[in-house]
Amino acid sequence: MRKYYTRIDNIAGNVATLKATGVTYEELAVVEGSWGKSLAQVIRVSDDNVSLQVFAGTRGVSTGDKVSFLGSSMRFSFCDDLFGRIFSGGGEPRDGRSELTDNLIEVGGPAVNPAVRLMPHRMIPTNIPMIDVFNTLVEGQKLPIFSIPGEPYNELLARIALQAEADVIIFGGMGLKYDEYLFFKNRLEEGGAMARSIMFVHTASDPVVECLQTPDIALTVAEQFAVQGKRVLVLLTDMTNFANALKEISITMEQIPSNRGYPGDLYSQLASRYEKAVVFEEGGSITLMAVTTMPGDDVTHPVPDNTGYITEGQFYLKNGVIDPFGSLSRLKQQVNAKTRDDHRAIMDGCIQLYAKCRETREKRAMGFEMSDWDQKLLKYGDSFEKKIMSFSANVGLFDALQQCWEILAEHFEPRETGIRSSLCDQFWPQK
Amino acid sequence: MSTTGRIVTVYGNMVTAEFEASVRQNAVAYCQRSDGVRLMSEIIRVRGKRADMQVFELTRGLKVGDAVEITDELLSVELGPGLIGMVYDGLQNPLPEMAEKIGKFLEPGHYLKALDRKREWEFTPSASIGDTVTAAENLGKVKENIFDHNIMAPFTLKGEWKVKKLSAAGKYKVEDEIAVLENDGETISVNMIQRWPVRLPLGIYNERLLPTEPMITKQRIIDTFFPVMLGGTYCIPGPFGAGKTVLQQITSRHAEIDLVIVAACGERAGEVVETLREFPHLKDPRTGKTLIERTIIICNTSSMPVAARESSVYTAVTLGEYYRQVGLNVLLLADSTSRWAQALREMSGRLEEIPGEEAFPAYLESSIARFYERGGIVELKDGRRASLTIGGTVSPAGGNFEEPVTQGTLKVVGSFLGLSYARSYARRFPAIDPLESWSKYTGTIPVEKVAWAHAFLRRGKGIFEMMQVVGEEGTSIDDFTIYLKSEFLDNVYLQQNSFDEVDAACPTDRQQYLFDMVCNVLKHEFTITDKSVARDMFFTLTEQFRNWNYAPWQSDRMKEAEAEIKKTMSSKEASANA
Repeated sequence: MRKYYTRIDNIAGNVATLKATGVTYEELAVVEGSWGKSLAQVIRVSDDNVSLQVFAGTRGVSTGDKVSFLGSSMRFSFCDDLFGRIFSGGGEPRDGRSELTDNLIEVGGPAVNPAVRLMPHRMIPTNIPMIDVFNTLVEGQKLPIFSIPGEPYNELLARIALQAEADVIIFGGMGLKYDEYLFFKNRLEEGGAMARSIMFVHTASDPVVECLQTPDIALTVAEQFAVQGKRVLVLLTDMTNFANALKEISITMEQIPSNRGYPGDLYSQLASRYEKAVVFEEGGSITLMAVTTMPGDDVTHPVPDNTGYITEGQFYLKNGVIDPFGSLSRLKQQVNAKTRDDHRAIMDGCIQLYAKCRETREKRAMGFEMSDWDQKLLKYGDSFEKKIMSFSANVGLFDALQQCWEILAEHFEPRETGIRSSLCDQFWPQK
Repeated sequence: MSTTGRIVTVYGNMVTAEFEASVRQNAVAYCQRSDGVRLMSEIIRVRGKRADMQVFELTRGLKVGDAVEITDELLSVELGPGLIGMVYDGLQNPLPEMAEKIGKFLEPGHYLKALDRKREWEFTPSASIGDTVTAAENLGKVKENIFDHNIMAPFTLKGEWKVKKLSAAGKYKVEDEIAVLENDGETISVNMIQRWPVRLPLGIYNERLLPTEPMITKQRIIDTFFPVMLGGTYCIPGPFGAGKTVLQQITSRHAEIDLVIVAACGERAGEVVETLREFPHLKDPRTGKTLIERTIIICNTSSMPVAARESSVYTAVTLGEYYRQVGLNVLLLADSTSRWAQALREMSGRLEEIPGEEAFPAYLESSIARFYERGGIVELKDGRRASLTIGGTVSPAGGNFEEPVTQGTLKVVGSFLGLSYARSYARRFPAIDPLESWSKYTGTIPVEKVAWAHAFLRRGKGIFEMMQVVGEEGTSIDDFTIYLKSEFLDNVYLQQNSFDEVDAACPTDRQQYLFDMVCNVLKHEFTITDKSVARDMFFTLTEQFRNWNYAPWQSDRMKEAEAEIKKTMSSKEASANA
C-alpha cells in the first residue's frame, strides 16, 4: 500500500524537503507533478523532515506535487540482456528499447574485503610503447588519463578499450557532449566491440544528479560480472564532471566546502568509486580507466590531486603525447620483471636520458654553448620523441624495447646510458 | 549497563539518537536496522538528550525511530597473544575470517572477535602465589612466534594486589583463567585478554627515556643523513607518485625492529594486498622467519567506511603500545595520516563545527600531536627497555607542504623525510629531498662527517643553478668538479635501487664502508682541466660504484668492483698533473 505525500516544504537546488515518517536513509522516492515525474533519493532524515535529491532536478516542481517512497534504495537489473544496450546515467534505456526489470541488484554496495583481493599480475598490452614499455597497464588497475580539454583523451581511451582484451566493456559517460557520446558509440560499433559492451551515458544536457548515479550503476554492473569471473574493463569519462556534480549538490546542502568549493569528502567519494577496481582469486577482475580533465592544466587542482592519491598512477596526456614525466603506472613493477630482463633498465635508462635532454634544451633556449655531450642528448631526444613517444607508434612490447636499444646505440656509448653493464653486454645492438 | 535510545537524524555516516538515561562520551552504541542488522557506532557529541554518533558502517536503511543500544564501554581493542600476523580492519575485525564468514564483500553489521579463542598457548608462570603485583607487572609468559609474550596483571588495576591463585605451566586458551588476584577481600580473575580504550594512551612504565639508539632502516639516505631513533617519530610528506608508500613498504621489510604494525589508513587496498600476499613468503634476515611473523596489518582502505578509518590509527597505536608493554621494539607505520585528518574533517563538517584552515577542525593540530606523542622509548617496570617508533606519511593537497596536516605534523616529529616531485620525476629513488629534509637525531655515522658530505649536495645544487644561468662554459673547472661530486654522491649513495636484491637493503657496516669509499672520492683533488674528461671520469666512477652496490657483501664481485674503482682513481686522468 503506497502512501502519497502532497506537501513539499522547501525546494532548493536539486533538493526538496518534506515531512514524512518511516522513511529509511538512501531510500528511493518518486516525485510526480504536472511537469512529469522523477526518481529521487533520500539524502537526510531528521525527525520527520526528509530531504530528497530529485534526479531530474527541481525545475518546475511544485510544493503540491505528489511524493511516494519506494521502500528500497537504488537498484538496477543485472542480466545478459544488458550487452549492446545504452542507458542514461540514471539507468533508463537511452536506445529506445525496453526497460529491464529482472534480477534487480542494489547499486553502490559495500566494499570488497581486502583479504579476498589478489595482487594485479597480468599485463594488458596496448601496443602503445609509452604505455607498454614505460608505464605498463595491468589488469585490475585503476588509472586515469589526466589532460586538459582539447587533448585527444577520448581517442586514447577508445584505442585502449579496443586493443585491450576484455570480456566485458562498460562505458560510463558523465557530462559528455552529445558528439563525444556518438564518438564512443561509433568507435565501439566499428571496432566490433558493441556486443560485449554496455553504455551508461549522461550528457551535459541531462540532470546533474544523474551524473552522480552514472559511475555507481556502471561499477555495480561491472562488479557483478567480475564476481562471475569475467574480466571487465570500465571506462569513465569525465570524472571531473562527476566531482563538479558533487560540488553542486554539497553546496546546495549547505556543507562547508574544503578546497575551491569541493566538499571535504571528495577524496572518499572518488575513492569509493575507483576502489571498485579489483582482481578476485577466482579470476574475475575490474580494470578502471578514467578521464580527469584538469582545469588550466593544473595538477594541484583538487580533482586531479585527490585522484592521483587514489589511483595507481596516471597517464598524463600533454601536447598529444603521453608525457613520460607526469605519467606513472604504479603497478608496472608487478609485471615488468616478467616480460624481459632489459625491460626495467630500458624503462629507467631512456627516461633518465630524456630528462637530461629536456634540461639541455632549456640551456640551449637560453643561448648557451652546447658541449658534445649536450649534442648527443639533443639528438637522442629527437629520435626518442619521433620513434617512441609519438601517438602514432603502434608496436608490440618486444619490438618497442628493441627500438629503444637501437636509439641508444645510435647516440651513446653503453656506459653513458647508466644501464648496468651486464645488460648492455647482452642487448647492445652490434653495428 | 547499556541503555537504549531512538534515532532522530540520519545524515551520511552521522546518526543522532535521543536517549533517556545517562550516556558516556566515546561510548560504543549499536544502531538497529529494522531488518535486525546492528551497526556499530561511537558517541562523539552529547547535547542535552541527544547524542551524535559516527557510524562505522554504511548507514543505508536506517530510519527515524530505529532503536539504538548504547553501551557503557569506550571504543576498545582486545590485547593478548595471537595479534601478530593478523590482518584487521580499523575496528579490529580479522579480515580473512570475515571473508570466510560473510564472503567477498564487507556487508555491514558483522563483528568478529580479534583473538582466536580456540588456540592454545604454552604458559609459564613467572610470579608466585603470594607475590604482590601492580598493573602491567608480569604474571607469566607464553611464546608467540619467537617472542616471549608476557602475560601481565590487568592494566586497569589500582594499587597493589596479591596473587591468590596462579595456574601451573601448561597449555591454556586466551579465555582460560590463569590467575586470581586479591586486594582487601576483593578478588578478580585474570585471563590472557586485556581490553583497552583506543583513544587513551597505554603506558605503564617506570620512566620515559630519551631516544638514543638509531633504528636501522637499511636505507642509506635515512640511516646516514636523516636518521630515525628507536622510540622516535618521523613523517614522510610527499605529493602523489613520489613514493611514500613504497618507502613505507621498504621500511616495513628491512627495518631492524622486533615488530612492525602497518596501518593502512584510507589508502589503496592494492597496497595492503601486496603486503598481505608477499609477507608470508618473504624472509626476515634477522630471524630467518617470514616477515608476516613480525607484522600486524590494520587495514581500513579508502573505500571502507570513513569513521572506522578515523579509529584505525588509534587501534594501530594501541596495539603498538601493548607490544611495547610486552617488551618489544615496535615500529608503527601509518599510511596516510592525511586520510585520517580528512576523516576528522568529514565528521567535523557533519557536526557543523566552525571550521579552521582548509575546513579542518580546530583540534587537528592537537590531535596529531597527541597521536605522535604516544610513541617513545620507556623503561618498563621490570627494568627492560622497549620502544614504539611512529612513522607517518602525509599526503599534502597539491604537494604543498604549507597545508595544515603537514605543518601540524612537522611540529611534533623528530625527523622529516620530505619527498619531492622533482626527484621522483628524475627517477631518483628514494625521492627524499636531501636539501629540504632534516633530522634531530644522530645516526651511525658521526655528525661532522655527514655534515661535510652533505655540504657537497648544497654546493652542487647552487653550482647547478648557476650553470643554468651562465652555462657550462662560464663555470670554473673547480665548481664543475664539485657539481660532479655532488651528483656522484647522489647517484651512488643517496639513491638506492629497491628492486635489486642486494641494493634494496644496505646494512650499517656496509653503509659505513661505502660512506668512506665515497668520501675518498669527494676528498680527492682532481686536477682535470677538461670538463668533458671530468664528466667522463665521473660516469665511469658512478657505474663502478653502482656495480659495487649490486654486488653481495664480501663477494668476489664486490672485490672486483672495488679493484676497478681503485684503478680509475689511480688512473692518469684522476691523479694530479694529468
